[in-house]
Amino acid sequence: MVTTRKKPNRVRSAMRTAADHLATGLAILATILVIAPLVAIFIYLVYKGTSSLNLAFFTQVPKPVGEAGGGMANAIGGSAVLLGIASLLGVPIGIGGGIYLAEFGRGTRLANAIRFTADVLNGVPSIVMGIAIYSLIVVPQHHFSAFSGGVALGVMMIPTVTRTTEEMLLMVPHSVREAALGLGVPNWRSVMSITLKTASPGVITGCMLAFARVAGETAPLIFTAFGNQFWSASLNQPIAALPLQIYVYAISPYDEWHRLAWAGALVLIVLIVFAVSLVRYVASRGILKGAS
Amino acid sequence: MLTCAASIFGIVLLIATELVLRSQMSWHKFGLSFFYKFNIDPDTHLPVFWDPVGGTFYALPFLYGTLVTSLVALVIAVPLAIGVAIFLTEMCPKFLRGPLAFTTELLAAIPSVVYGLWAIFVLVPLLREQVNPLLVSVFSFPPLVKAFGWTGLVGANGIFGGDNYGLGFLAAGVILAVMILPIISSLTREVMNAVPNSQREAVLALGATRWEMIRMGVLRNARIGIVGSVILGLGRALGETMAVAMVIGGRPEISKSLLSLGNSMASVVANEFSEASDDLYLSALIEIGLALFIVTIIVNALARVLVWAVTRGTPARVQ
Repeated sequence: MVTTRKKPNRVRSAMRTAADHLATGLAILATILVIAPLVAIFIYLVYKGTSSLNLAFFTQVPKPVGEAGGGMANAIGGSAVLLGIASLLGVPIGIGGGIYLAEFGRGTRLANAIRFTADVLNGVPSIVMGIAIYSLIVVPQHHFSAFSGGVALGVMMIPTVTRTTEEMLLMVPHSVREAALGLGVPNWRSVMSITLKTASPGVITGCMLAFARVAGETAPLIFTAFGNQFWSASLNQPIAALPLQIYVYAISPYDEWHRLAWAGALVLIVLIVFAVSLVRYVASRGILKGAS
Repeated sequence: MLTCAASIFGIVLLIATELVLRSQMSWHKFGLSFFYKFNIDPDTHLPVFWDPVGGTFYALPFLYGTLVTSLVALVIAVPLAIGVAIFLTEMCPKFLRGPLAFTTELLAAIPSVVYGLWAIFVLVPLLREQVNPLLVSVFSFPPLVKAFGWTGLVGANGIFGGDNYGLGFLAAGVILAVMILPIISSLTREVMNAVPNSQREAVLALGATRWEMIRMGVLRNARIGIVGSVILGLGRALGETMAVAMVIGGRPEISKSLLSLGNSMASVVANEFSEASDDLYLSALIEIGLALFIVTIIVNALARVLVWAVTRGTPARVQ
């Protein structure tokens, strides 16, 4: 007990300072180590992607193995079809769910349970969603289809859209609701035309975020949309999708296909970075200047 | 509106019933032994886990692959993620905070397949040419082998022994670490932000250095939430499919070496589902999916409860 007291204060204080500096250094090092792979991935992607991105990429379908050139026009179109179906399914249901959580069911046990389930559902692997939709739609139909792929993506959008809509609605100041109710507007009307309208930029960007997330999903499409080397507009037929095509090309042994995979990845990333930046911009403005 | 919200329950129920129904065949044939048994090849005396041609379906190597890759990912990602969170909440100058936080969020938004693409063409060659030979030589350094040989971790039969393909458990673990880092670090940041400033001020007022303030005032109060965010990262790692499927090698084997090829639960489903030729094969794959579903539900629910316990009362935050 005496021994610890005897230690000169100066040594101990030097050690504490050293520990402080060490911790600071380690934290900075960790940050650099985390930023490094992102920068590496990004630079490599831009370098590889831009060098193989050309007009043909957006206008042509894949060429047979061995022929140079070709593009991913069918995959881009296919992704658009899939995401269209997904949005038709996921956005209305998700927004409805978000409105319930934020406005009608706020604070109730049911709303808390739904919120919790939505968060947990967000963490369920997308491949599991793919299996479920496969056995729900593909097995009874006996063939892969664009429709089943779109449904798989749409179902994945629901929990994300629900949660972001709820968060955006909660950012609307109470005074706005009170003003509407004070004028004698019924609650449902106030929710639909006042609160939702005030939060609409946020809700829309939230939907874009969910959209960007499922735009990059590959796993649920492998055995629902399946992929296609040709143009297809039928919802009942297998359809190509950008992430799926990137996957198939990445694990193929052909340099030409690798090149296309990089170009596809760049297109995908640009879309996603754009959506994420937009969400952040809207969220950082606090809520929505025009209304308050 | 209620119907929309309740559809979320519907989705969970739908997934559960579909998976249970479609995995009946495999469940009736193998029962629980699906997850721990294996056959012995009469000629080579090696264990046979997964032989679609011979009709043998035991999921043990996939459980092992999922566990090992997730553990490698956590070992790499957790210290880094906590370091980043500390830097961003406690040390970072204000002008850097926004851009850095944004950058880590961008990492979370990159699709799995793009990580996989990068891993195939950049990470795997890097591991094969540079990192793995270094690890092998360090782990077979004679004095080290002499001192720790009894643990079975070092030497030619240790965790860095055997053939070096570049692909394998280590590559999958590293790419998983890159992918779960932003999730862990942004949630850790959230729980650290939820620690009231009075705690920091109290510790500083007692004459603590900044690190002591972080250790005693912040980390100690946020520890439950940090554990929660780590578990959430684990949940993501367990279910991550495409990037792992692209670099793990796709071999249904159990090997102690992190350099050897394997397969994980999610990646075996992704790689083999569309070529599963008979009903039993398909049903076995769906049973693996069901197991994955149950495990991720439990892990995520646990994580959410822990994070919620710390951050409740603080306002909702967008992503």
